Amino acid sequence: MDEVKELKTNDKMRQLSKLEEIPASDLLERCLELKRAGLRFSQACAAYYEDKFHLTYTFSNYDTLEIISLRVVIDPEEEIHSITEFIPAAIFYENEMKEIFGVKIKLITNDLNNKLYRINVEAPLGVAPQEGGKE
Amino acid sequence: MGILQYAPQALKNLFLPPVTTSYPFEPATYPEGSRGHVDIDIDNCISCGMCTRACPSNALSVDKMKGTWTINRFDCVACGFCVEKCPKKCLSMVIGYETPNNTKSEAVYQKSPEVLEREAKQRAEIAAKAAAAAKAKAEAAAKAKANANSPSETEPKA
Amino acid sequence: MGKRSVIPFGPQHPVLPEPIHLDLVVEDERVIEAIPSIGFIHRGLEGLVKKKDFNTMTYIVERTCGICSFQHGMGYCETLEHIMDVEVPDRAKLLRTIWAELNRMHSHLLWLGLLADGFGYENLFYQCWRIREKVLDLHELTAGARLIFSVNKVGGVLRDIDEDKQKIILNTISEVEKELLVIEKTFFNDYTVQSRLKGVGILTKEKAHELGCVGPFARASGLNVDLRKLNYAGYGMIDLEPITSNDCDSYARCYVRLKEIYQSIDIIRQAISKLPADKTISVPVKGNPNGEFITRLEQPRGEAFYYVKANGTPYLDRMRVRTPTFANVLGLCEMLKNTELADVGLLVLTIDPCISCTER
Repeated sequence: MDEVKELKTNDKMRQLSKLEEIPASDLLERCLELKRAGLRFSQACAAYYEDKFHLTYTFSNYDTLEIISLRVVIDPEEEIHSITEFIPAAIFYENEMKEIFGVKIKLITNDLNNKLYRINVEAPLGVAPQEGGKE
Repeated sequence: MGILQYAPQALKNLFLPPVTTSYPFEPATYPEGSRGHVDIDIDNCISCGMCTRACPSNALSVDKMKGTWTINRFDCVACGFCVEKCPKKCLSMVIGYETPNNTKSEAVYQKSPEVLEREAKQRAEIAAKAAAAAKAKAEAAAKAKANANSPSETEPKA
Repeated sequence: MGKRSVIPFGPQHPVLPEPIHLDLVVEDERVIEAIPSIGFIHRGLEGLVKKKDFNTMTYIVERTCGICSFQHGMGYCETLEHIMDVEVPDRAKLLRTIWAELNRMHSHLLWLGLLADGFGYENLFYQCWRIREKVLDLHELTAGARLIFSVNKVGGVLRDIDEDKQKIILNTISEVEKELLVIEKTFFNDYTVQSRLKGVGILTKEKAHELGCVGPFARASGLNVDLRKLNYAGYGMIDLEPITSNDCDSYARCYVRLKEIYQSIDIIRQAISKLPADKTISVPVKGNPNGEFITRLEQPRGEAFYYVKANGTPYLDRMRVRTPTFANVLGLCEMLKNTELADVGLLVLTIDPCISCTER
């Protein structure tokens, strides 16, 4: 217990949070691996910076309280395959990414066609339109 | 499993006085440190605008020339961040919530004429000083230029 | 087999003040399928990070939700503290724990009241909210406001709880405990309550795991998921054992939440007894954050995720909040299958939905 105490809380948390950068083509395989290993899908989110979409898929292990985040970096035009086929919990997250950021996700099992949120701006946090159409 | 589990409490309720305060016939009490609304000691304000930049809901505005501090009480979320940020500590969170109203309005606080006059004087002084400094600088620069043009001359003491 | 028809539930429904819409496919009086649709109150709080600097954002993130506001502020501040590598003083950590648990007590009491209202037990509803009022008074006493705390900042907390206030807290939570014991009997033993809750809305452990359910909702299905074991804030200094139930029904959800109020009372007592003598409650934070981190914490409704990507300027690239209800909606739809239409209102309540939180 003493050894653990010497670590600062921040470092302990950092140890429990792992980030893996993977190419988009490996996403499905890696997700399936993690699912088979008994981890649970926790969240997925997108971020748009440096002209790329950074997608994060987080899986939690409730025995060790670890999380493993899969990071996929794609170009705005690139299409990515949905993981909802074997992880039904991802439906809302993928629809959200699609709607708020305009990430192109194909084959979502329950595609809500940008009707998750009732907003009248297309992809408000994604790639800014060329002309001053935004606000 | 049982019935009439609640009977004792229900019977008690028959004879207990109401637990609510019958406001406005009784005064409402707030504990010390309650974040009711923002108040300003306007004459200490230096119109720096830190509060307007800190405000999460853009409820504040400051006019330096007119010496006013304006708050839109309907936008204010009473978070207290402006009080935290104020360098002169002239803002404060005071007890008592704002009264509701049927029209939206802004509360404008105006600095007293004496303070405005003093500030104007200070500004004028500062401007005069700045002008003097600029003039001195320009003269010095001109001299330096003249010196540079004629390097043979001995440099005058600055 | 009867004829199938679709009955809309919401967006406005008396059972909860927030808008959620469910299309209920019913066969006679039995629900076959529920199709959710949310998104009536999307506010775009996550987009504001590009316009407001990261300190101001603390107050905006807090206003994601009115009920679990403290945890939102805390999660956001902790994420930034991780990114900037700031170690918060122990006293601030324990103060955060106290506030977080007060928040949990108030949230669960609110939910118990709404549940009682949901199955038509008005008096019980008033009693729950009467008790909750005492917790709200504690909020105002310690933080200055009844719901939105605004005491968090990056690097610590803004207010201290001095000894007089500690005494008031301890006295009040003892009172709350006593009064809860009276209410508890009704919730656990009363015939009418049991007939509405027992065996209604079964969600099996496997389904709860697969659909990513969190919080008391998942714990009532036998999943031992309590992120307070992760020892964020001051939870590392406190003993606690997650409360779970294997009944998987509405009654179990009520049981878990009621027992968690007692657990919160216990945690507050432990935290107050462990407050260090050192009065530092915050450390100065210099510079702008640069980096990214994901923090998790246990809200009254379940686990929340905070993801922040900072780029070295006062304006963040991305701030994301994954709220517990977002994860529970799918579980709700699964649970609604094969239930009576009359129970739907109550079952929607049992996940403790916070739709405004969900849509941010």
